[in-house]
Amino acid sequence: MTAAPETKAARTAVEVRLEDLSRHYGPVVALDHLDLTLEPGELIALLGPSGCGKTTTLRLLAGLEDADTGRVVVGGRDITGLSAAKRDMGMVFQAYSLFPHMTVRQNVAFGLRLRKVSAAQRDKRALEMLDLVGLSVQADRYPHQLSGGQQQRVALARALAIEPQVLLLDEPLSALDAKVRAQLRDEIRRIQLDVGITTLFVTHDQEEALAIADRVGVMREGRLEQLAPPTEVYSRPATSFVAEFVGLSNRLAGEVRGGEVIVRGCRLPLVERDTPDGQVVALVRPEAVSLASNAPEPGTEAGSGPLTGTVIAITFLGATSRVTVDLGDTRVMAQLPTSEASALTAGSRVVLAIRPDPVLVSAGADPAAAVAGEEA
Amino acid sequence: MAAVTSIGETPASTAASRPRGMHAGRKRRLNAFRYVVFTIFGLFFLLPLLAMVRFSLEGAKLGTWSVTAWKQIASYQGEGVPPLLSSIEITLELAVITSVVTLVLLVPTMIWVRLRVQWLSRTVEFLSLLPLTIPAIVLVVGLGPIYNQIQHYSLSALMLFWVYVILALPYAYRALAAGLSAIDVPTLSEAARSLGASWFTVMVRVIVPNMRPAVLNALLLTWSLVLGEFTIAYLLLYNNLPAELYAISRNTPNAGVIFSTSTAALLFAFVLLLILSYAGRTRRGRG
Repeated sequence: MTAAPETKAARTAVEVRLEDLSRHYGPVVALDHLDLTLEPGELIALLGPSGCGKTTTLRLLAGLEDADTGRVVVGGRDITGLSAAKRDMGMVFQAYSLFPHMTVRQNVAFGLRLRKVSAAQRDKRALEMLDLVGLSVQADRYPHQLSGGQQQRVALARALAIEPQVLLLDEPLSALDAKVRAQLRDEIRRIQLDVGITTLFVTHDQEEALAIADRVGVMREGRLEQLAPPTEVYSRPATSFVAEFVGLSNRLAGEVRGGEVIVRGCRLPLVERDTPDGQVVALVRPEAVSLASNAPEPGTEAGSGPLTGTVIAITFLGATSRVTVDLGDTRVMAQLPTSEASALTAGSRVVLAIRPDPVLVSAGADPAAAVAGEEA
Repeated sequence: MAAVTSIGETPASTAASRPRGMHAGRKRRLNAFRYVVFTIFGLFFLLPLLAMVRFSLEGAKLGTWSVTAWKQIASYQGEGVPPLLSSIEITLELAVITSVVTLVLLVPTMIWVRLRVQWLSRTVEFLSLLPLTIPAIVLVVGLGPIYNQIQHYSLSALMLFWVYVILALPYAYRALAAGLSAIDVPTLSEAARSLGASWFTVMVRVIVPNMRPAVLNALLLTWSLVLGEFTIAYLLLYNNLPAELYAISRNTPNAGVIFSTSTAALLFAFVLLLILSYAGRTRRGRG
């Protein structure tokens, strides 16, 4: 598949500003005074649980719904009052949205036809776009003759064919199987970079968001909890919600003392250094937990320390494995290289160590739920 | 060891084959029952039709064969009634007008309700299905004064289309609703809107082409209804084909043309059904 050079930066990328956007559905607050700015050519992924307002944000930007308050500014122009048809935005939907009665080529050319582009030009452009997504040979097929992944690629080509100012992706990969999803995710990123279009990507899949975006916005109850590059969202979550939602976290009881938190005898730095002293729950990533030694002698100091426990489950994940260790009063998950984890079996006695990465703490939280943030 | 294996396998294989055998026997009995039911109902429907065809081919003497009645369709005129051909024309025109008006009324309304005012869908469904619950005679009584007014302006039987649209609503609604529910109307329309389509374009170029089979079904049901409607036309003193056939039968009870015309109308509806079914199947060939 080759990228068509003609498509590259077909238009100058624009800045998108959402200012003070609010949206209510009866008593339910879907969006609560949201401010968000997408830099020109940037891809921002909005991530969050169901009902957090991410899709509402995208629909307000697309003009498919009206905001109760606030403004949508694209390229310095206030488009809040414009209908969806006049907003000049390409959109790919979660559900398959190709027009079933049209061929792939006709689907891609549909927007150009509405813009009264000549038949020859729209055919040329449609084939360019199909070439961009690697489906030019399927141009004369109907959507029902394509796989789900191919349909979404055609939908992407159709959205880009009109040279929109902004590209909106509403969970476009969620209906696909895992392998196709990963392939198409990379494809979308490649094309987005190639075209250089400002893009808003909505997903509930944290892996997808972290892999594809320039910045990730984690949303909760209609508000942005954190907007930052993926590595920062993961390694320096702004709130305990972000820490728990993005990736897995062990919830371990600890005590803040002098700007540090002491967790099971380990001194760990705090993300928020001004946390007052006292009992807290520390959120520790599984990859920060490592194996200090296995098979400690019972009765020795190592065999009865606060980080000594029994392996109760090993989950093979490929290059790494997740090992769950019962420490007696709580359970801890450690993400270890598979080569290291394969030496363990359920029932093995191990001693763990915690890497001194900065951790978030939530005061007064219940550490009973030992592991927070299920992976999507 | 072999014997042990064999003994061990026997009950299992018997157990496995028993349900299959039972299943096959049950299936045979079910098939036989189906054929019997199909034959009985086939005869029930076909015998009157065959009798009608036979009567339409009855010669001047009882028991002889003739195609005179079929030849007369174009020229027959009973006493005190207009030519048969004119009532056929009027009925066909009524079918066209009624189906067009019904579709023009229902299709945009249903799409709009689905897209923009979902909360109205129950009300629209209720109103559309309401005519099913109202007997024709009640409709006639209610519509009588209105038709008295209409007849001041036009005596044409084509004016029956007003009431026929009401009668066709429930059938057309059900057919269209089935078609609409088979496609993801909100997503398709939002996709089209995001590409720059107006609401009119969304309906005409995106939604309607995808509900072509449903539109054809609604068309067929409307035509069938209009071709066979007698009560209202007769009571409101209009002459459509069924009313004309009834008038002929009263004046000349032995006229084979009644049967030839009825058979022709039936064949026409059947051919129409075939055409519409074919058109519905081949829709993917165009776009």
